[in-house]
Amino acid sequence: MAHQHLLSVSDLAVEDLEQLLRLTDAFAEVSRRQIPKVPALRGKNVVWLFYEDSTRTRLSFEQAAKRLSADTMTFSVSSSSVKKGESLRDTVLTIEAMGVDGIVVRHGSAGVPWQVARWLGDRVSVVNAGDGWHEHPTQALLDCYTIRDRCGTVAGLRIGIVGDVKHSRVARSDVLAFTALGAEVTLIAPPTLLPSNIEGWPVRVSHDLDAVLPDLDVVYLLRMQRERMTEHLIPSLREYTARYGLTERRVDAMRDDAIVMHPGPMNRGVEISAEVADLPRSVIIDQVRNGVAVRMAVLYLLLGSGVDRVLGTAPLDADALLTAPEPVVEGAVG
Amino acid sequence: MAAPEGTTIVLKGGRVVDADGERTADVVIADGLVVGVGPDLSGERTLDAAGCIVAPGLVDLHSHLRQPGQEEAETIETGARAAALGGYTCILAMPNTIPAVDHAGIVREVLELGRAAPCDVLTAGAITVGRAGEQLAPLGEMAALGVRFFTDDGAGVADARLMRRAMEYAGGLHHAGRGVVLAQHCEDPVLASGGHMHEGEWSSKLGIPGQPAEAEELMVMRDLALARLTGTRVHFQHLSTAGSVAMVAAAKDAGLPVTCEVTTHHFTLTHASCTGYDPVFKVNPPLRTDADVVAVRQALANGSIDCIATDHAPHTQEAKEAAFDAAPPGMLGLETALALTLTELDLPVAEALALLSWRPAEVLGVEASHGGPIVPGRAANLTVVDLEERWIVDPSALASRSRNTPYAGRELAGRVRHTVLHGEPVVIDREAQR
Repeated sequence: MAHQHLLSVSDLAVEDLEQLLRLTDAFAEVSRRQIPKVPALRGKNVVWLFYEDSTRTRLSFEQAAKRLSADTMTFSVSSSSVKKGESLRDTVLTIEAMGVDGIVVRHGSAGVPWQVARWLGDRVSVVNAGDGWHEHPTQALLDCYTIRDRCGTVAGLRIGIVGDVKHSRVARSDVLAFTALGAEVTLIAPPTLLPSNIEGWPVRVSHDLDAVLPDLDVVYLLRMQRERMTEHLIPSLREYTARYGLTERRVDAMRDDAIVMHPGPMNRGVEISAEVADLPRSVIIDQVRNGVAVRMAVLYLLLGSGVDRVLGTAPLDADALLTAPEPVVEGAVG
Repeated sequence: MAAPEGTTIVLKGGRVVDADGERTADVVIADGLVVGVGPDLSGERTLDAAGCIVAPGLVDLHSHLRQPGQEEAETIETGARAAALGGYTCILAMPNTIPAVDHAGIVREVLELGRAAPCDVLTAGAITVGRAGEQLAPLGEMAALGVRFFTDDGAGVADARLMRRAMEYAGGLHHAGRGVVLAQHCEDPVLASGGHMHEGEWSSKLGIPGQPAEAEELMVMRDLALARLTGTRVHFQHLSTAGSVAMVAAAKDAGLPVTCEVTTHHFTLTHASCTGYDPVFKVNPPLRTDADVVAVRQALANGSIDCIATDHAPHTQEAKEAAFDAAPPGMLGLETALALTLTELDLPVAEALALLSWRPAEVLGVEASHGGPIVPGRAANLTVVDLEERWIVDPSALASRSRNTPYAGRELAGRVRHTVLHGEPVVIDREAQR
C-alpha cells in the first residue's frame, strides 16, 4: 500500500483493507500497554481541520496521534479567518505553509477532502474524517475491525444497515468496506431515507426490518436526526421508532450471536432503545475503543517513516515494527 | 480602430455561408454595411479569409455579464470582448445583476455601458421586481427602452398566477412594432431546493444533494399550459432534460407560440463530470445523464431546438474554490460555444450556424441587423471562421475576466479568425482590436 491520502474506502484494495486491519491489531496491543505510546511519528505534525462540530472523531484522532508521538494542531473554524471570509483554498495553503505533514479534514460538504488534496498535491497527506453525506473511511475501518474482532471475520456475514442511509457518510463508506471484505449488505429504511439512485450498488434493500432481522449477523443502526421530519422524510420519530427502532422486542427476533453496532452519538429511545444499547451484544463502546487503534494505523501508514517496512506482500511483523524503538514518556526526549 | 468613413474592407477568399446557402465569394464592406458580394472584389483594406467561412455574426440569447454588481467576475466590456472573440456580434445580457435589471434606470445603465463594447449588447429585463417572484416589474417602461426579452433567469417565476399575469400583461406590450417575449429558467424551487447537481446515480454515490429532472420539467409543463391559456410567446431557456425537450417539441407541433434554447454544456458534458468535486462543473440547470445528452443532440439534429445559447456565467476563481455545495453555479461559454458546436455535433456547418446566429436573431427580434443573409445593403455584422484550425482550451488565455471554463485542456476544431461589428473589424487574426 503506497497511498498519499485516505479519502475514500473505494481507493483501498482488499489487500490494503486487510493490511490496515492487521496493523490495527498491533496498535490495539500498544493501546493496552501500561504506557500506551510509541515514537513512530515523532517530529511529524498533524493538523485537525474540522469545519464541522465533532467531538468524538476529533478526540479519537487526537488520541491516536498522541499515542504515536505526533505533534498536533487544531484549526478551529469558529475562531478563525473563515469567519472573516477566507476561502477554503487560502485556509489550506496557509496551514500548509506553517509546515504540516498531515491534514485531517472534516467538512459538512461532500468532496472537500478531494479539493484539499488537489490543492496540496503530494506535499501533505490528507485524511478524510467525514465529508458531508459522502464518506467517513476511518469509521468504516473501525467498523470492519470491530466486526472481525467480535465475529472472527467479515466475509460471509449478513449485515443490515438500518436508518437514514441517504444522509449518511458512515453508510456509504461501510457499504464499500463491508462488501469489499465479502459481507452481504442489506440497507433497511423507508424509501425516503435511501439515496435516490442505488441501482448498481452491491446491496439488497428492504423496507421491513422485522422481515430481515432474524437473518442478520450484524445490525448496524444509523443515527436518526430530528430535522428529517421537517423535510417530510418521515411522519414522526415515533413512527420511525415503531417501524425501524431496535427495541427489546425486536432483539428477541435476532440470532443469538448477532451483534448491534452504532456509529454514535446514539439517540436512545429513537433508533435504539436504552436497554438494547447496554446489552452485551451491543459493541458500540468497542467501536469507539477500536477507533483509536484504527486511526493510529492510518496515520502511521500515511505519515510513518517506517512505511516501507509494511509495504509489499511479505507477512507483517507488526510487533517487531512497533517495539523496535522503546516506548517513551512524553517530554522525556531531548 | 474604427475604419474611417468611406474606407472599404474586403474579406478575401472565403466561402460565404448564410441562411440563403453557400458560395465562394469575397465580401466588401463600407460604412457599416455589406456593399458587395462576389468573385474577385477588392477594397482598401483586405482581411484574409482564405480557407475560412464568412458567416453572419453569432447571436447569444443568454450571457451573464455581471455588471453592475460583480465586476470582479466580468464586465460588459470584458464579456463583450470574449463574445467578439467567440464570433458573436450580438449578445443578450441577463438581468440577474446586483441590483437586478428590473426598471428603466438599470436598463439605461447597461445599454450605455454596452455602447462602447466590441459587440452589440442588449439586455433582458426581469419579470418581477428584484427577481424576487412577488411583484410584476415595470415591463412597459423597460419595453419602451427597447427591452424585448424578460426573464428572472437564475430562478423561475414560481408563482403560477403571477406568471400567468406576466404573460397576459406582456401580450399588450410592443416596441417598434414587435411584441415582447417572456423567457423562463424552468426550475421548481421547492422540488429543486438544496440540490447542487442532477439527482441520479452520481449524486447518490458522491453524497451531493441532487435536484431531479422533474424540477425543470414541472415548470416547462406549467408554462406550456400557461402559453396555451394566454396565447403569449414563451421562450424556454437552457432546456437540459430529455423530458423538457420532448414536451417543447410536442407543443410546437401543436402550434403553441414557444421557442427554446439549449446550452453547449448540456450536449457535451454529463453529471459524471462532478466526480472530482470540482465546482467548475457545477451549473444550473445541472449537467444531466448520458440519455439527456443524447436527447438534446437528437433534438438539435431534428430541428426541434431553436438555438444554442451559452449561459456564459463567469465566476471568480475564489468563488469557485469553495466546497462544491457552497460554490455558485455557472460556467463560461462565449469563447467556446462555436467550436464546441462544430466539433461535437455532427451537423452541416450551415445548420450549426443557424442555431448560433440567424435563429436566435429571429427569436430576439434583431434579424434586421444580425444573422441576416450576407447581401449588399445589410449591416456588416460578420464572423470569419477557420473550420480546420485545432486549438486547445486554455483558461488563462481567455478574454473573460473569469477562468471557469469546464473545457480546460480540451482540443476543439474551428476557430474565429475575424469578427466585424457594424463594418469595423473588432477581431483580426484572433486578436481583439478593442
